[in-house]
Amino acid sequence: MAMAALRREGRRFATPLISPNPANVFRSSLIPSEEPVLSGVRCISTQVVRNRMKSVKNIQKITKAMKMVAASKLRAIQTRAENSRGLWQPFTALLGDTPSIDVKKNVIVTISADKGLCGGINSTSVKISRAMHKLNSGPDKENKYVILGEKAKAQLVRDSKKDIELVMTELQKNPLNYTQVSVMADDILKNVEFDALRIVYNKFQSVVSFLPTVSTVLSPEVVEREAESGGKLGDLDLYEIEGAETKAEVLQNLTEFQFSCMMYNAVLENATSEQGARMSAMDSSSRNAGDMLDRLTLTYNRTRQASITTELIEIISGASALEG
Amino acid sequence: MFRHGSRFLARATTMTWRRPFATDLQAEYVADSNFAEAWKKVVPNVDPPKTPSAFMAPRPATPSSIPSKLTVNFVLPYTSELSGKEVDMVIIPATTGQMGVLPGHVATIAELKPGILSVHEGNDVNKYFVSGGFAFVHANSFADIIAIEAVPLDRIDPNLVQKGLTDFTQKLNTASTDVEKAEAQIGVDVHSALNAALTG
Repeated sequence: MAMAALRREGRRFATPLISPNPANVFRSSLIPSEEPVLSGVRCISTQVVRNRMKSVKNIQKITKAMKMVAASKLRAIQTRAENSRGLWQPFTALLGDTPSIDVKKNVIVTISADKGLCGGINSTSVKISRAMHKLNSGPDKENKYVILGEKAKAQLVRDSKKDIELVMTELQKNPLNYTQVSVMADDILKNVEFDALRIVYNKFQSVVSFLPTVSTVLSPEVVEREAESGGKLGDLDLYEIEGAETKAEVLQNLTEFQFSCMMYNAVLENATSEQGARMSAMDSSSRNAGDMLDRLTLTYNRTRQASITTELIEIISGASALEG
Repeated sequence: MFRHGSRFLARATTMTWRRPFATDLQAEYVADSNFAEAWKKVVPNVDPPKTPSAFMAPRPATPSSIPSKLTVNFVLPYTSELSGKEVDMVIIPATTGQMGVLPGHVATIAELKPGILSVHEGNDVNKYFVSGGFAFVHANSFADIIAIEAVPLDRIDPNLVQKGLTDFTQKLNTASTDVEKAEAQIGVDVHSALNAALTG
């Protein structure tokens, strides 16, 4: 009994220090209602606690349901993301991986989710995008954002509104497929001038971990320039090119195709990370709701018992006063 | 101990390049160190993001003698049809004509047109109908084929192909706008390629 009280007190002091979950909001507002109970005053506090219990129970039901939904979506999308991982590898093997390339017009393609409640994945991709912006800024350099998803838009609009070139949302209304993504990639290629596209997304690693990743897609002119100057893509000159009449034309097709393939994988990976993150976030919040419910039940029962005891004492002492 | 088990498993299933024997040196894809350094300078409190090469097994360097097998990766958006498979020969439907690729083929980048991709492995021949894409043949006898859609040839219904061909030919004749004409032309091209693949 005393231990429990001590623990409760300790928790109350610790609350401002450790607040990793939104459930704490409820907890801190709950404490004043506990006070009169502890001092043994009979009041409507049982009613308050009962209401609080009901609302916590409802919140728990919601988070549990959200977790279930995220889990089932995750399973479907995870296999597709894993199957799409082969798609970009040939391009990286051929055109290399060039995050440090120094070009004039950088376009940062930030991929995020449309909905929140999914841990830190949206803010991670925004943070990385801002850092990429900072990294590539300089005199006579241009940095633009292309944003996919509502959440990154909300965050980036605040401080870099003038740099936002294009915003696309509601990507996941229908299940993601290659056709849809390639149409979207085409849209980006048509409307944005670029020397290098940097795709920022969260690569799915496991349900609890995701890796912020930057894929770089160069424009055909830059690829040709790099190949001729013998920089990172020097090997490309050794390849015989078959297809359209000119090399530039093939490179144009190649980079556009590369962009759509990279985007397809990136969008799928990010969607998988989103579901995974949402699943674990909802799991921990339903666990927190359960903990809170336990504590509330304890308080409720104790208050009830206290009031019964007080009543009994009153009756008994009243009766003994009459007798004596 | 098994914390990273899932990652390794995922890697093993998705990226099964065959590693070369220890005698030949691997051409390591060194993660871009300039990038990491520049990143550390500008944003010291955030870890640098990963880049795609970190998730990819390195490709072997060009061996001095021509290997006996060709390593093929044949990928589609929704699956990796062949990954790191060693075969004798592939015939690729390049826009310039059918292109046979044997081990030691000169490094090539080729655009694909709708047609048959055949994979020869011993006496077995697997034939796919591909809709278009790209093929890269590397100097180290690796071939990467990327297509948007591919179906094994035995799953195509000849009757539907005939029907589609006549439909699109009719559409091509009646098309009025340029867009319709182009769409019908694509339909005719694909169906006649399919038809040729099935009959020939």
